[in-house]
Amino acid sequence: MIDRDQVLHVARLARLRVSDDEIERMSRELSTVLDHIEKISELDLDGVPPTSHVIEVENVLRPDEPRDSLPPERALEGAPDATPAGFRVPTPGQ
Amino acid sequence: MSPDPVKLSAAEAIERIAAGDLDAGALFSAYRERIERHDGELGAFLWRAGDAPAATDGPLRGVPLAVKDLFCTEGVPTTAGSRILEGHKPLYTSTAVHRLAAAGAPMIGKTNMDEFAMGSSNENSGYGIVRNPWDPERVPGGSSGGSAAAVAAGLAPWAIGTDTGGSIRQPAALCGIVGLKPTYGAVSRYGMVAFASSLDQCGPLTRTVTDAALLLKHLVGHDACDSTSLGLPEEVRTPARSDLAGLRFGVPSELGSSAEGVEEGVGRTFDATLELIEKLGGELVEVGLPHARHGIAAYYLIAPAEASSNLARYDGVRFGHRAGNGTLLDLYEKTRAEGFGDEVKRRIMLGTFALSAGYYDAYYGRAQRVRTKIADDFRTAFESCDLIVTPTSPTVAFKLGERTDNPLAMYLSDYCTVPMSLAGIPAVSIPAGLAPAADGSGPERGLPVGFQIAGPAFSENLILDAAHALEQAIGFDVTGALL
Repeated sequence: MIDRDQVLHVARLARLRVSDDEIERMSRELSTVLDHIEKISELDLDGVPPTSHVIEVENVLRPDEPRDSLPPERALEGAPDATPAGFRVPTPGQ
Repeated sequence: MSPDPVKLSAAEAIERIAAGDLDAGALFSAYRERIERHDGELGAFLWRAGDAPAATDGPLRGVPLAVKDLFCTEGVPTTAGSRILEGHKPLYTSTAVHRLAAAGAPMIGKTNMDEFAMGSSNENSGYGIVRNPWDPERVPGGSSGGSAAAVAAGLAPWAIGTDTGGSIRQPAALCGIVGLKPTYGAVSRYGMVAFASSLDQCGPLTRTVTDAALLLKHLVGHDACDSTSLGLPEEVRTPARSDLAGLRFGVPSELGSSAEGVEEGVGRTFDATLELIEKLGGELVEVGLPHARHGIAAYYLIAPAEASSNLARYDGVRFGHRAGNGTLLDLYEKTRAEGFGDEVKRRIMLGTFALSAGYYDAYYGRAQRVRTKIADDFRTAFESCDLIVTPTSPTVAFKLGERTDNPLAMYLSDYCTVPMSLAGIPAVSIPAGLAPAADGSGPERGLPVGFQIAGPAFSENLILDAAHALEQAIGFDVTGALL
């Protein structure tokens, strides 16, 4: 069960603004899905290692050779707001 | 008189072009015109190419390709079905699209999809629904719904999509075509808009098994830009088998015709296909996948957890939609609230919750252990069989709107495909026949049923061989839904 306060807490962590309607709906829908998911708490998983990668691979290394990267003006092409020096954002202050 | 070029499989078209009996430019134009004429009703394409490109002498001979709209294409809009990326033009092209273009398959369009590949019906697209060409009142499946519908309707000879928990196989099943999810790592993920990085894999959606092998052949390979890419240990062969002698097919009771939620018509078609396997000389073996029934639970923790992290990049700063004019936090929150659709928000919330302090071990940590058990189940099963077969989807194509209010019911659409994704193993869906919907609604002839064949990691050649033999014996008419 995920209540209203938890929805608000998680939404803040996820940087999502949620409306009152959405809070109520998300609480209901996420609770239904989590009820199903809770079934895995019945399993005995003692000593079972978590999967880190499905196909066994050793560290993959490549030669550390310098190569061209995107020029700044190209990298800024899709920016909603750019200056020649970078991406412009509002103040992080309150 | 030569046959309608649109009815040719891609492999047949390549042969005719190579022999000088068909012009690649004319083929491209024929498909281009069909898209123009029919896609208004279907909704499969989000972007359409202009004129036919210059002739190529690559092995794919200019046969055009539809591309799911989450493959980055330089200078061509790439939205991943999301409003947050409306009008976004990537600065580079994904390895998959690049490789196929280099092999001679030019892009004819970008296809509609569930937003960020999250969905099983294509109803979560920010750009409208896609209709199933077998019955326009039904979903094409998802998330590669546009790619599947386009191929089934004859608006493209073949397509590529991505599969995270079934997003190639399930829409292929619901649209009556072939869909292959390769071994995790067989194909580079470079330039694929990320959903769940430990699961995402690119693969073909085609009308025949031979076409799937042909696309796969040119897709696979290690890529310096994706350190998880491995390629395949042997070259992809053109499948040629017409019998199944010497092959043992594992039938897991947990995912068979009597499994919970499998429609009667789907079960009947599945059982008939099992009989066909025996007729072709294959042996049926009972196997157990005791943890497969926990696949959905594990998947709907792991995939949203990875998604919540991957989608953190959509913040209105570097590209895509931006909203808000207060502080930086205000900008983040408003941009994401406006740009993401309901299902994407739901999964970000679920994933953020599963990773949050106090819940991590109980949810994400446990899910990764269940994943290990599921992979172990497959490993054990493959000691007594060569391949594992299941229905691809528990149901035939469902009606538009039928599951949109019930996320859990929608998630259960992936019941038979998610275990293979969690284990990283390859699986193909081929059309096995037509069956009625459970409530008897829909077209009189029935709706397509998919048959899934999975194998151990890197067994693509074996899977495709078996699929080819079955395909020939089944004789499904893949042109049955051409518009």
